[in-house]
Amino acid sequence: MKRAFNLYKKLDWPLIITYLVLVLIGWISVFASVYDEEHAHILDLSQRYGMQFIWIVTSMVIAILILFVVNPKLYNVTAWALYFLSLLLLFAVIFVGVEVNGSKSWFMIGPFRFQPAELAKITTSLALATMMSAYNFKLKQFSSLLKVGLTILVPMALIIMEKETGSALVFASFIFVLYREGLSGWILMFGILAISLFVLTLAFSPFVSIIVLFALSVIAAALFSRRFIQGVLTLAISLPILIFSPLLGEVKLLSFASGLNNVEWLAIAISPFFIYYLFKTIKERSLYLRYILISFIAALLLIFSVQFFFEEVLQDHQRARIENLLGVTEDLQGAGYNVHQSKIAIGSGGIVGKGFLKGTQTKFNFVPEQSTDFIFCTIGEEWGFIGSVGLIGLFIFLIIRILTLAEKQKDTFSRIYGYSLASVLFLHFFINIGMTIGIMPVIGIPLPFISYGGSSLWAFTIFLFIFIRLDLERWR
Amino acid sequence: MAVDLKSKKNLLIIGLLIVAIVMVLQLFNLQILDEQYKITASNNAFRYDVRYPARGIIFDRNGNILVGNQTAYDIMITPYEIKDLDTADLCSIFDLNIEDVRKTLADYRKNRRRIGYQSLPFVKQVSPEQYSVFLEKAYKFNGFSAIPRTIRDYPYNACGNLLGYISEADSTFLRKNPEYRRGDYIGRTGIELSYEGILKGEKGYNIFLRDVHNKVKSSFSEGEYDKDAVPGKNIVASIDAELQQYVEMLMQNKVGSVVAIEPSTGEILTLVSSPGLEVSKLASINKYYNEIVNDPLKPMFNRAVMSPYPPGSVFKLVNGLIALQEGVIDTATTYPCNMGYKVGRGIACHAHPSPTNLTTSIMMSCNAYYANAFRLIIDNPAYPNVTSAFEKWREYVKSFGFGLKLGSDLPGEQGGVLPSTEGYDKIHGKDRWKSLSIISLSIGQGELGTTPLHLANLAATIANRGYYHTPHIIKNAEDTILNQSFSERHYTMVDTSNFKKIIEGMYLAVNAPPGSGATAWRVAVPGLDICGKTGTAENPHGKDHSVFICFAPKDNPKIAVAAYIENAGFGATWAAPVASLLIEKYLKGSVGRKELEERIVNSNLIQNIRK
Repeated sequence: MKRAFNLYKKLDWPLIITYLVLVLIGWISVFASVYDEEHAHILDLSQRYGMQFIWIVTSMVIAILILFVVNPKLYNVTAWALYFLSLLLLFAVIFVGVEVNGSKSWFMIGPFRFQPAELAKITTSLALATMMSAYNFKLKQFSSLLKVGLTILVPMALIIMEKETGSALVFASFIFVLYREGLSGWILMFGILAISLFVLTLAFSPFVSIIVLFALSVIAAALFSRRFIQGVLTLAISLPILIFSPLLGEVKLLSFASGLNNVEWLAIAISPFFIYYLFKTIKERSLYLRYILISFIAALLLIFSVQFFFEEVLQDHQRARIENLLGVTEDLQGAGYNVHQSKIAIGSGGIVGKGFLKGTQTKFNFVPEQSTDFIFCTIGEEWGFIGSVGLIGLFIFLIIRILTLAEKQKDTFSRIYGYSLASVLFLHFFINIGMTIGIMPVIGIPLPFISYGGSSLWAFTIFLFIFIRLDLERWR
Repeated sequence: MAVDLKSKKNLLIIGLLIVAIVMVLQLFNLQILDEQYKITASNNAFRYDVRYPARGIIFDRNGNILVGNQTAYDIMITPYEIKDLDTADLCSIFDLNIEDVRKTLADYRKNRRRIGYQSLPFVKQVSPEQYSVFLEKAYKFNGFSAIPRTIRDYPYNACGNLLGYISEADSTFLRKNPEYRRGDYIGRTGIELSYEGILKGEKGYNIFLRDVHNKVKSSFSEGEYDKDAVPGKNIVASIDAELQQYVEMLMQNKVGSVVAIEPSTGEILTLVSSPGLEVSKLASINKYYNEIVNDPLKPMFNRAVMSPYPPGSVFKLVNGLIALQEGVIDTATTYPCNMGYKVGRGIACHAHPSPTNLTTSIMMSCNAYYANAFRLIIDNPAYPNVTSAFEKWREYVKSFGFGLKLGSDLPGEQGGVLPSTEGYDKIHGKDRWKSLSIISLSIGQGELGTTPLHLANLAATIANRGYYHTPHIIKNAEDTILNQSFSERHYTMVDTSNFKKIIEGMYLAVNAPPGSGATAWRVAVPGLDICGKTGTAENPHGKDHSVFICFAPKDNPKIAVAAYIENAGFGATWAAPVASLLIEKYLKGSVGRKELEERIVNSNLIQNIRK
């Protein structure tokens, strides 16, 4: 007992205090966003803020249980069991779940709702930690990569089947964990590059994308061939030609082919450079150049398949949200309504905000889902730029603190778990606030610790406090 | 502090910070740089309940109300709040067709999500009587409310076209005039249109806080920022309502126009376009709109300012004045006339004593005299060629306001037609036309088009001996400085002394004894000294138009008149009596010549019009 007492002296108070502050901000914001004068008491249980208080209290109980009662060694042992249990729940909910906002991802137990996807984030993290901390595990091996991939993709697929695309997307954040544990940074970079080209192609045109891609490729080729000047020169000569290539159709000599469109002219203009690099690659037997060339071709294919993916694979409302975000279409009453109203609410906050309970936009229900997914609007409107930046600061602090602690772990299991926690928190934070301020498409996932909802608050509390408890183990 | 870029943790943190910076920049943009969102926010959260102002009242020059206001109510419906509605009872109050109402209500029910807590107009312009019945039973009609509006009321049965009507702003208008809102009434024609800015007043509003369903939560700051409606300003029109009503009576069953102007000010005393809009139809114009638009006699068409007519013989006055000013004739010049001017294709004339000088040519309206005078103007050797002489003639004519919009405050005023050198070049070939080719102009026929307002202005110009004030219909408006240009004198290019010579002829045309050849001796009124000139304008539509312009008295004239009656015949027979009766009524206050009055009132000349 004495030993344990000493151990708890090492509890990471910065994390716990940040957690408490965030939860408190969440409670106040839920209060502010559904406040009306008839139910002015913050503990009124008929209102969401009253309920949120109950969720907060129960979360604290759960946190204390995790810190003081549950043996941390259990997590490693039971990880797979929990993982498969959550898969079972994810599967079951497709059949017995309640449909809410078009997705069948909720269990209804009496008056309470519970989303197994929330649980799956934790169990998947535990499963990954267990798997990857095993002695014989090498991420570079194909079989290991396959196992890791399946562990992440199976719950993701089940969640997509529940039509809860937003939560499924959260599982993509595990890529950061894999990166930390040995996945090549190139894969991360190519991922980012692919998304950028996708966005660029939709927002502008394939023409613009190809030019950017070409410029990047030439710069990369120049950097790695160690003849940087040559690369810059190539770019300086080729870019103007490429950009003006649609005008080639106007040249008298070429007028026989004037039926070609912009992109086709661009292809013709690029081909000499392409052939040049092709020969150079073969002649110099350069591995780097080969990679660049392959990436270039892959990216070209991506650019041309964007339209197909966009038109055929995405669902209507998802397409509408992306188009709205990119400014391709502006539909302030339809797909763009939420974001427009949300930007109005946040924008009207100004520097210091309108003050607690003084927000007009969020109060009168202009912003939909204002106590759940769009709760950041209330903060933006009532606490202004200063409050918003403060909240972002808190989240950044929280994530960095978790990463720093994770890095200090002697136990690989704890480290991987910590990285999973940080990654999931980051994705929630980025997508949620990003969509309210109009830099991400509308993807309905809650803001951790802040958004109204017991299921989400419990899940993140468990997620965080398991890590805090695991962190104690390094002092043993 | 050196950051270890090989550490994957540090790279991830750098990525995290970049994301945070992007978010902060976007927040900075939304919350601090971009003003747009703050403005939209206040539109979102406040509900402005409009308080409609009463429109300004229009008085006539003697203080009679031409257009007043009466209260009506728009019954509003808030579909969300409807409960246990007795549709039949509701319909009986407002005289509505129960089937239509049921259909409307079903529509609302279908769209209830979209409508939310909004109030929509249900019945517009309900009379105070119906409103009071509704009020008694209001407890039965949950979800119905009334907002007071003022609609127009016309105590005088006169001036329909002049006053114009108001109606609700339509979407085309709203697109061009963003300061107006749906539901606003706007002046569409006449004074209501010309002086919209003065008459409309300023809307006020009550501010309520509301939520997204448009449900009013509370009055904002206890009404501290509410704004009262400012009623429109009153206008005094220059019209003499009694006179206007009298002339409208004279002009019943006739097509044409009568305009009377006070020469010393340019104020329009009477402006009749017949057939015109009946004021009884103005208040609920929508009900009659189709009927009015489909009337072949076009009652909406304000002939007084929009119809370019051939002026006929009254235009001889202009040519005479130009000839005098150019020095090609003087009062001693005489020309013989034996039933017309025989050069070229010639111009016929009626039987009258010959030869004529300037005075008698006006008195007897001799065509030959003006054919000769006009040729002297156009073939004047002082000018190098016909074209430049013609251009000079044009300048003269324009100085009387012909071929131009006079710039009055009447909407839709037209400039008429004044032939140009280019036009004749096109017809005859360049330099291939001479005075004889355009000889019709000498007697006011040919390519000339003048509105009755132009002709009344000519009468006023002659009455003033050489200048005119732009004719206008407004006398003054409450707290408003009016267009100063109405007090300016516009001089013609003809000297004052020359007008006197012409006026002598006009005086004799009316006041010379019968048998002397005077054209309008029948309309003389002893003591009024009316000076006039008849016209009988040929036109391609049938019987000649009957024209008469005049002013009275000869010295210090008080009124100048132009009367133009379509397809009526001689100027002396129809237009002259109308103008003469008008002058008698205005100057004496009553009309003694009951027989003449009766003949005019009871004549129906519409049958001459080819529809």
